[in-house]
Amino acid sequence: MGKIKLLQGNEACAEGAVYAGCTFFAGYPITPSTEVAEFMAKRLPQIGGAFMQMEDEIAAMAAVIGGSLAGSKALTATSGPGFSLKQENIGFAALTEVPCVILNVMRGGPSTGVPTGPGQSDIMQCKWGTHGDHPVICLTPAYVQEIFSETVRAFNLAEKYRTPVIIAFDEIVGHMRERIEIPDPGVLPIVNRTKPTCSPSEYLPYDDTKGDVPPMANFFEGYRYHVTGLNHGPDGFPVNASPRIHTDELRLIRKVEGNKADIVKFEETLMDDAEVAIFAYGVSGRSAKTAVEAARKEGIKVGLFRPLTMWPFPEEQVAAIASRVKAIVVPELSLGQIILEVERCAKGRCKVEGIFRVDGDPINPAQILAKVKEVK
Amino acid sequence: MAFNYDQYIRGGKLPHIWCPGCTYGIVFKSLLRAVDSLKLDRDDIALVSGIGCASRLPGYVDFNTLHTTHGRALGFATGIKMAKPDKHVIVVSGDGDATAIGGNHFIHACRRNIDITLLVFNNYIYGMTGGQYSPTTPSGHLATTMPYGNIDPSFNIPELAKGAGASFVARGTAYHAAGLDRLIIEAMQHKGLSVVEIMNACPTTHGRRNKFKSPTDMLLWMKDTFIPAVAFDKLPPEKTAGKLPMGVLYKKEGLPEYCETYYGMVARLKKQKEGRA
Repeated sequence: MGKIKLLQGNEACAEGAVYAGCTFFAGYPITPSTEVAEFMAKRLPQIGGAFMQMEDEIAAMAAVIGGSLAGSKALTATSGPGFSLKQENIGFAALTEVPCVILNVMRGGPSTGVPTGPGQSDIMQCKWGTHGDHPVICLTPAYVQEIFSETVRAFNLAEKYRTPVIIAFDEIVGHMRERIEIPDPGVLPIVNRTKPTCSPSEYLPYDDTKGDVPPMANFFEGYRYHVTGLNHGPDGFPVNASPRIHTDELRLIRKVEGNKADIVKFEETLMDDAEVAIFAYGVSGRSAKTAVEAARKEGIKVGLFRPLTMWPFPEEQVAAIASRVKAIVVPELSLGQIILEVERCAKGRCKVEGIFRVDGDPINPAQILAKVKEVK
Repeated sequence: MAFNYDQYIRGGKLPHIWCPGCTYGIVFKSLLRAVDSLKLDRDDIALVSGIGCASRLPGYVDFNTLHTTHGRALGFATGIKMAKPDKHVIVVSGDGDATAIGGNHFIHACRRNIDITLLVFNNYIYGMTGGQYSPTTPSGHLATTMPYGNIDPSFNIPELAKGAGASFVARGTAYHAAGLDRLIIEAMQHKGLSVVEIMNACPTTHGRRNKFKSPTDMLLWMKDTFIPAVAFDKLPPEKTAGKLPMGVLYKKEGLPEYCETYYGMVARLKKQKEGRA
């Protein structure tokens, strides 16, 4: 039996990070994610880790990558505007294959928007925020316990696939307090980056001949190699030539898209006989679950598909659902973002209807139920 | 015996990208001589850079090397140093990289007094993109984005570093290469954030647009313009007009270094916890 605690989502993320072996945090104060930094400021010095409040969001992302290259598991936490500022360096981590975890507690609106309200309108930015083609893993937990375990999974995936992993949840989930159990050490599996076994003279940090995820040497461990944000060859040095750039970018994407069976995770509620499906995550997923219970009481055959991995997108699952239901309802706290992915995968095989809201309040179960009745 | 540079240069990575007449090669060699004289284990050195001509330097050197994003080298370097405080972290940056896009990181690294050696290659111009004015381009100079002469006031990098809290500030030049070795050595030995501004020449995108007929003219200008700080301070104002001091310009020992302070706090917490147990 682990430790029982009453925690808010943001604190559970920080607890999950420490459980996963995170010893480095760099951040910058921003609503509604600041509690993660506050938690880490207290905890990391107690366990010998490094906490830094940097001069800005960009430096925080840079420090996290530096910390990870030096061998630490590293986390940063931010929200909307800060997430925008971090994008260039997130792309750097993707191309240079430096594991790290970025939490984005989504608030409302573009620009400063609604700092204290929930939003789900950064979900496309999680995938496309940085320039150029690049791999992305993005996890979308909705319950405090789930935030803990998904944060552990985020670190594991980052280490396993040498890639930045984004955790995205909304302000409501981030600030909601729920009972959680923190498992004893060893209960949840912990993954650490694979280190090279060859001699330093033979080491190629971006060797693609023995699999899509090359072993990673930390700085200062005798493997003196070069890391650059320029497209590079197997030895890490810049190349400006065909076909390496093309094939290497394909490998980066394949690391994630080719391992969907391992990375994609979701929860289905009463989907077996569903005639209408709801695709929802975060606080909208929580409302949807209540709506499903209410609809079932009225004899309406509706189910919920709740993605815990948003990127890579659960394409096969959504396509299969679209083949057997009349309609998919997509409630989201945006003006229609993730519905585009659902439509793409449904390919016209069923109706896809959205419920969009961006006024700082969540979509309530009654709204979802009404839409379900409309489309059934 | 001639200094063996090859021992530090990665096989097959030369020739470098720098233009004929560029002085970065001189500074590159000075850095290698300085590091060599300190007898450091190269496994323990991280050489970090941002974007620009100077930022290509780490790729040629057989250390742990990191070529990052524009202006952000100090952020990455800070992460490395905090994760591994017993290692040596050197940052190579340009005038635009360090004081324009990276200006915020520059002043805050100085303020923290974290034990990183920052070498700012000041060639007065954005060279890699073809000669746009930077925060250090002298008044009136021509640049592709100041076709009628530079109207932007310029930064004095050592004063900026000192004002922001750096505990070691020096200025050297590519012309005074032997003196530069000593400045880099002293900067690396100093505990805390040390800044060395290194005056460089970019004949291709700065010099030829600004009445320097040849790269040699630019080096001779350095020879005439920079005076050792000790002598500079004693000269009457009429003799220092148009001149600038070089050497160690500011040094303060004994200031708290960031990593030491942080890990001192960690040790204190551990002791308190053990005391309670």
